[in-house]
Amino acid sequence: MGPVTASLEVSGLAFAYPDGHQALFGVDFTVGRGERVALLGPNGAGKTTLVLHLNGILGGGAGAVTVAGLPVGKRHMAEIRQKVGIVFQDPDDQLFMPTVREDVAFGPAAAGLKGPALDARVRTALERVGMADFADRPPHHLSFGQRRRVAVATVLAMEPEILVLDEPSSNLDPASRRELADILRSLDVTVLMVTHDLPYALELCPRALILSDGVIAADGATGELLSDDALMRAHRLELPFGFDPRSVTARA
Amino acid sequence: MGAGHAHRLYRHGHSPVHGLPAHTKLAAAFAFVVVVVSTPREAMWAFALYAVLLAAVAAAARVPAGFLLKRLLIEVPFVAFAVLMPFVAEGERVHVLGLSLSVNGLWGAWNVLAKGTLGVAASVLLAATTELRELLLGLQRLKLPPLLVQIASFMIRYGDVITDEMRRMRIARESRGFEASGVRHWGVLAKSAGALFIRSYERGERVHLAMVSRGYAGSMPVIDEVTASRAQWSSALALPCAALLVCLLGWVL
Repeated sequence: MGPVTASLEVSGLAFAYPDGHQALFGVDFTVGRGERVALLGPNGAGKTTLVLHLNGILGGGAGAVTVAGLPVGKRHMAEIRQKVGIVFQDPDDQLFMPTVREDVAFGPAAAGLKGPALDARVRTALERVGMADFADRPPHHLSFGQRRRVAVATVLAMEPEILVLDEPSSNLDPASRRELADILRSLDVTVLMVTHDLPYALELCPRALILSDGVIAADGATGELLSDDALMRAHRLELPFGFDPRSVTARA
Repeated sequence: MGAGHAHRLYRHGHSPVHGLPAHTKLAAAFAFVVVVVSTPREAMWAFALYAVLLAAVAAAARVPAGFLLKRLLIEVPFVAFAVLMPFVAEGERVHVLGLSLSVNGLWGAWNVLAKGTLGVAASVLLAATTELRELLLGLQRLKLPPLLVQIASFMIRYGDVITDEMRRMRIARESRGFEASGVRHWGVLAKSAGALFIRSYERGERVHLAMVSRGYAGSMPVIDEVTASRAQWSSALALPCAALLVCLLGWVL
């Protein structure tokens, strides 16, 4: 990564749940500043467990996670939670305040921002996802795609070092999917995208990691990984019918 | 329940009453109810004066009488109870239209009816001029325990989500040929309610996770700072002060 500190560094991360189920067996990878990386893997590969380690919700196993040079641990928890912005899969879980504006303000206000500075932060975040006109609406009166975009804004308002998206394209219709892709491309922020949606990963992320059985099984250019039939089959990853990653890369 | 209820009581407007900060209105409505309740029931004219005071507030808030009266209907079940009182109460009796009524019961019924109606009318006025969200902020300003305010605000946010979940479960049940038609089916309904509870509980955990991820550490951050000027306090408190005067007269006369 050169002289610039990597946005995210995970080394030797292993974790077992209290019931004995071991989810991660030594995960190593690095995400450089400004990169967009897809984290692919079948159900039960440990993707969610890994995500919850990134901002210290889970911890206590072996290994270490470092965000922009800061180790994830009790000492810097508030700072880590500000630097790692997680967008959860169900926007109804993410948007818990009565209005969009208050929800977007929640993170920065918890960090101590107040008054006009807070208002400005909220406005900028909503403008970046094209939802500025909906600030005073309650979240449950928005469409699903709009809620997903507001969920992204709630995290952007914290000006994170890295944006972690859990299944960002799930339940979106094709138009909302494309709108979200445009927004994600326009952001100048490191992105780690956890997904099953392989065409979406190819569209947005030049690089991909495959997490399988609690280890990183592959790390490389998204197009190359998706074109490797044997690798894909070994990790239960399947492309949608009729989709050929080679033709897409050739065109791009 | 749920869907939209939250907003139906509110009547959008820009009157001076709408403009007052929520916590001053809450304090005023509460004080007014306390004063009304502590008025002696024999001072019937005092209750008429209270009604006039409320009518003045309604006029200032530009809430039409029809709107107010329709919402007063919520009181009906309590009124039914009050109507029973003259028949069942003990003591001295009078005869009206061939019915034997208890004098004590009549006074009791009047007491419940008058005080209840005035209290409900004051609450309806408060709800019609204050948005739900502001009410919560007002309660927070009045130093209600923050946990209670948080619970209430989550109720507003998730009421619709959970009602919707309930609706989907009902549709799923009915699509598989189930129709609740008698006691025998209560078991199925009870199981659905249990499933709904568990789903809501799990959602609660996920919401908490999302909150912690954005820096929640036990108390809600203050996002909107609402303050009331002395003038706003005095105009809000004009109502309970006037009522207090009436009440004192009621005790003296």
